[in-house]
Amino acid sequence: MSALGLRGRRRGDAARNRRADAARNGGGPDPGTTGSDGRSDQAADERRPDSERSSDPRMPAGRGTELVLSLAAVVVVAAAEAIIEATRDGRVSGRIASYGTFALVLALVAHIAIRWRARYADPVLLPCVVLINGLGLVMIHRLDLGLKQSAAEGGPDRYSGPSAPTQVVWTALGLALFVGILLFLRDHRVLARYGYTLGLAGLVFLALPSVLPARISQVNGARIWIRVGGFSIQPGELSKIALTIFAAAYLVSKRDVLSAAGRTVLGLELPRGRDVGPLVLAWLICIGVLVRGHDLGTSLMFFGVFVVLLYVATERVSWLVIGLLLFAGGTYLAYQLFDTLRTRVDVWLHPFDTGDAGYQLSQSLFGLGTGGLFGTGLGGGRPETVPVVKSDFIVSAFGEELGLFGLVAILTVYGLLIFRGLSAALSARDAFSKLLATGLSFSLGLQTFIVMAGATRLLPETGLTMPFLSYGGSSLVANYVLLALLVRVSDAARRPRPVGPADATEDEPAEVAA
Amino acid sequence: MNRPIRRVAVAMGVLLLALVLNLNFVQVVRGNSYRSNPANSRVLLDEYSRQRGAIVVQGVPVALSVKTTDRYKYLRKYPQGTLYGPITGYYSLFYGESGMEAAESNLLNGNDPRLFGTRFADLLTGRDPRGGSVVLTLNRAAQAEAFKQLVGRRGAVVALDPATGAILAAVSTPSYDPSALSSHNPDDIERAYRKLSDDPGMPLLNRALNQTYPPGSVFKVVVAATALQNGRTPATVLAAPDRLNLPQSTTSLENFGGESCGGGGKVSLDRALTISCNTAFAKLAMDLGTLAVRNEAALFGIDDQSRTVPLPVTASTMGPVVDQAALAQSAIGQRDVRVTPLQAAMISAGVANNGVLMQPYLVAQELAPNLSVLSRATPAQLNTVMDQESAIELKRMMQNVVTNGTGTAAQIPGIDVAGKTGTADTGVACPTDTAAPDFEDTKRACAPHAWFSGFAPVEKPRIAVAVVLENGGVTGGETTGGKAAAPVAAAVMKAYLDSIGIK
Repeated sequence: MSALGLRGRRRGDAARNRRADAARNGGGPDPGTTGSDGRSDQAADERRPDSERSSDPRMPAGRGTELVLSLAAVVVVAAAEAIIEATRDGRVSGRIASYGTFALVLALVAHIAIRWRARYADPVLLPCVVLINGLGLVMIHRLDLGLKQSAAEGGPDRYSGPSAPTQVVWTALGLALFVGILLFLRDHRVLARYGYTLGLAGLVFLALPSVLPARISQVNGARIWIRVGGFSIQPGELSKIALTIFAAAYLVSKRDVLSAAGRTVLGLELPRGRDVGPLVLAWLICIGVLVRGHDLGTSLMFFGVFVVLLYVATERVSWLVIGLLLFAGGTYLAYQLFDTLRTRVDVWLHPFDTGDAGYQLSQSLFGLGTGGLFGTGLGGGRPETVPVVKSDFIVSAFGEELGLFGLVAILTVYGLLIFRGLSAALSARDAFSKLLATGLSFSLGLQTFIVMAGATRLLPETGLTMPFLSYGGSSLVANYVLLALLVRVSDAARRPRPVGPADATEDEPAEVAA
Repeated sequence: MNRPIRRVAVAMGVLLLALVLNLNFVQVVRGNSYRSNPANSRVLLDEYSRQRGAIVVQGVPVALSVKTTDRYKYLRKYPQGTLYGPITGYYSLFYGESGMEAAESNLLNGNDPRLFGTRFADLLTGRDPRGGSVVLTLNRAAQAEAFKQLVGRRGAVVALDPATGAILAAVSTPSYDPSALSSHNPDDIERAYRKLSDDPGMPLLNRALNQTYPPGSVFKVVVAATALQNGRTPATVLAAPDRLNLPQSTTSLENFGGESCGGGGKVSLDRALTISCNTAFAKLAMDLGTLAVRNEAALFGIDDQSRTVPLPVTASTMGPVVDQAALAQSAIGQRDVRVTPLQAAMISAGVANNGVLMQPYLVAQELAPNLSVLSRATPAQLNTVMDQESAIELKRMMQNVVTNGTGTAAQIPGIDVAGKTGTADTGVACPTDTAAPDFEDTKRACAPHAWFSGFAPVEKPRIAVAVVLENGGVTGGETTGGKAAAPVAAAVMKAYLDSIGIK
C-alpha cells in the first residue's frame, strides 16, 4: 500500500524515485550505523550531480493535473448530492447546485492560491482534500435531512437545526486560512524560529479547557471544548499543529544529543538517562490532558506524534520502545483511575451487553453490517440512528450507505493524502521540513486510524473526528492549516534548484541553528 | 532521516490495512448477524415504511396496513381481530411475525422476487413501494359460525372443501386479537404479549393446525377404510366381545361403560361403526395387522412431517405401535395416536370425495399491489385413500352414524349428513379423593376430548368438518363426544351450505 503514495507516476517523481532507489541500494552510507546518522541522507543528496535533480525549469509542476483531479472530485461530490436528493425527495432540486458549486469554489480558490504561491506543490494533496471535505459536507447535509425526518416522525432525538450550512462556513474559514498561509508564509522554515513560542501556545491551548470550568468545557464527559456564545471550538485541534511544529523545531536542534548512545540492553541501544527528560515531559503533559480532560484520543495522538518524530530525528528504535512502554503504563494508569475509560473499554469488548453506554457503538456496527458490501445507496439507509453520527461516527454513515467498497475507497483517498505527505517529507531538503511533514502526515494518519478504529470496533472509541470528513469547525480549520503547511513543504521540496553550485544555506538552515 | 520516514510510511500502511481487514470482518463476515440483530431497527423501519399488503377473506380485508403519522408510517390493523387471529397471526415490532403474516411475509412486505417488476416501476415513477396481498380460501359464514359455537370453550374447528382441499374454516379458541401486538407502542406490545403468553388457555396456540389430540373413535374411520380395502364389506361380521383380552398384555379392552355391542358378541362392520364398538374395531385391526393400518393412515396424511398450508402444520402420528396390544388400542384412537383437527377433517374429506384426498390449502390467490393475480391455487390430489366403491360404502356407513348411531346430534333438517363421533381419553387419571386440593382442576383435565368429523351433503359433499372440544366429553360415555361436538359440526356445515345456497 505504501507504494501507492510514495511512487509518483509522473516524470518528476520518477527522477526522485530513481534517487530514492539509489539510496536504498547502498547509494549512501547506512545512516543507522554512523554517528552523524540523520544528516547522511542529505549528505548523499549533496553529493549527487545536479543533473539528477529536478532542475529543468520547464518540468511540469503538476498544476494541470491538480486542476483536473480537483474537478473530478467536484463532479463526484455533485453526483453524491444529486443521488441523495433523488433518493430522499424523489427528484433533484436546486440544492445540488449549491453544494456542487461550493466544492467547485473551494477547489478553484485553493488551486489558484497554490498555482500562485506554491506552484511546485504536490498536485494530489488538494484533490484528496476536496473530495473528502465535499463528501463529508454532502453526508452532513444528508444526515440533517434524516434527523429532521426522524424527529418529525416521533423518533427518539430532537432535531436541533441543520449542521451543513455551519460546516460550509467553517470550510470557508479553513479555506481563508489556507490561502492566507500560502500568501504570507513564503518559507515554512521560519516557523522553526518560533518553535518554543508555538509550543507554549499549543500547550496553553491544550490545557485551556481543562482549566476552565466544566460548564463551558465539558461535553459528553470529555473536557476538550471552549464554548462561547453559540460557538464551540476544540482548541486541541489547533494545538496539534503548534505542538508538531514545536516538536520538529526542538528535535532538529537537539537530535545530535538525543541520538547519542547510552548503554546497550538486549541489543537495544538505549539513550542516555538524562536525555529521556523531554520524552517524559511530553508524557506527563499527555497524562495531564488525560487526567484533566478525560480525552484519550488527543493525548494518544500527541504522544504518538512526539515519539514518532523523536524516532525519525534520531533513528533510534529505543525511543519507540521507551515511548510504547510509557504509553502502556499511562493507559493502564488511566484505565485504573477513570470510569470513563473503563466504560469505553467495556463497550468495546461487549457493545451489545452494555446497555445505553454501548448503544452508540452497537448502532454503528448495525449500520456497517446493514451496509454490507455495497451499502444501501446514499440517502437510502438510516445512519441517523447512530448518536453523534455527524462527527465521531460519520464513518459508519458512509459504511452504511456506500458499503465496504465505498468506505475502503474513502480510506484509500486518506491513504493517498497521508502517503503524499510522507513523500513530501522524504523529498524535503532539510531536517526541519522532513520532521514537520512527517509529523503533520503522521498525525493525520494516526487520527484517521484512531477514529475509524473506534467507529468500527477495532479499538475502544476515543472521541476524535475524522479529518476533513466530520462535522466540527475547529477540526476542519486546523486541518486546512495542516494542509497549507504540507503544501508549503512539498512545494519547497519539489521546487527546482537555482542553476549553479548547490547553495548550502538553502539546505541547512536548521543545521546552522544547531 | 529517510529510512525512519519510510518505516513510518510502512507502519501507516499496516494501520490502514488493519482498518480494511476489520471492515471486511464487520461488514461482510459479521454483516448478516448485525443486519438481522433484533436490536437493529433499520431493516424493521424500512419494512414498516412500506405499505404491507392485506390479507383478504371473500373480498374483505382481515389484516391491513393504514397510514399513521409516527415514524413507522403504517400501522397493521385486524378489523375482526379474534375471529381470524390464529390464521392471520400477528405482525409485531418486537415479536416478529406469526401465522399468515409470517408464511406470506415476503409477498406482503413486497420483497417477493415476483414483485421485482412492480418495485422497479415504483422506483421509476417515484411511487412508494407496496406489498402484495393474500386472498384466503376461508368462508366468512363458516368461520363466523364456528367461532360463535366455540366461544367460551377450548377447542378447534376445521372445515374443508372435500373436492378441492380448500380450507373453509379454521377456528381455534381461546383466540386473541393480533392488533394489540401490532401496536407501535412498545409498552402496549409487551404488556399484551405477556398477558397472552401467560394465559393458561394458550390463546397464541393455533389449535386447528398445531395442536394434536388423541382422536378417539374418529380413528375408526381409518380402520374401516383399511378393512374395506382388504376384502371386508360393510356386512362382514366381526367378533365383538364385551371384553377383549389383549395379547402379550395383562390389560383388557372394553367398550365405553362396559356396554355390550349386542348380537351375542357378533356385529357387522357397518353396525360396529354406527355404534362405535371398541372391541370389534380392536379385534379387526389386530386381524388386519399394523402394516395395513399404518399404510392406510399414511394415505390419509398421518405421519407426514412436511405439511404446510402454507402455515406449518404439526404432524399427526400413529405412534410406534410396538405390538398387537398397542395396535388394538391405536385402532380406537388411543395409545399414541395423535391428530390435529385439520387431520381429522382430512379423514372425512378423503372419504367424502370418493376416496380422493385433496391437498389442503389456505391461500386462494396471491395478488400484486396493482391487484393483478400472481398465483392462483390449483387443487392438487394428495392421495387416493381408497377405491371409489369402498369410499361410497364407507360414506353410507358414516351416514348411518348420524341417522341412527352415536352422531344423531349432527343431523341437519333436509340435508344428509355423514360423520363419526369420538370421545378420547386424555390419559389424565380422574381423581377419587374429592378432598384433594386440585380436585376440580384434575376433574376437568381428566374429562375426555369430544370429537366429531363428518361431511355433508352425503350425495355430493361440499364441506367436510372436524370439531374438537378439549375435555368436552364426560368420562365413561361414548355418546358424550357426539353430543358435545356433533351439534357444532352441524351448525358450521349448515351455515356454509346456506351461504352457498344449498338447503
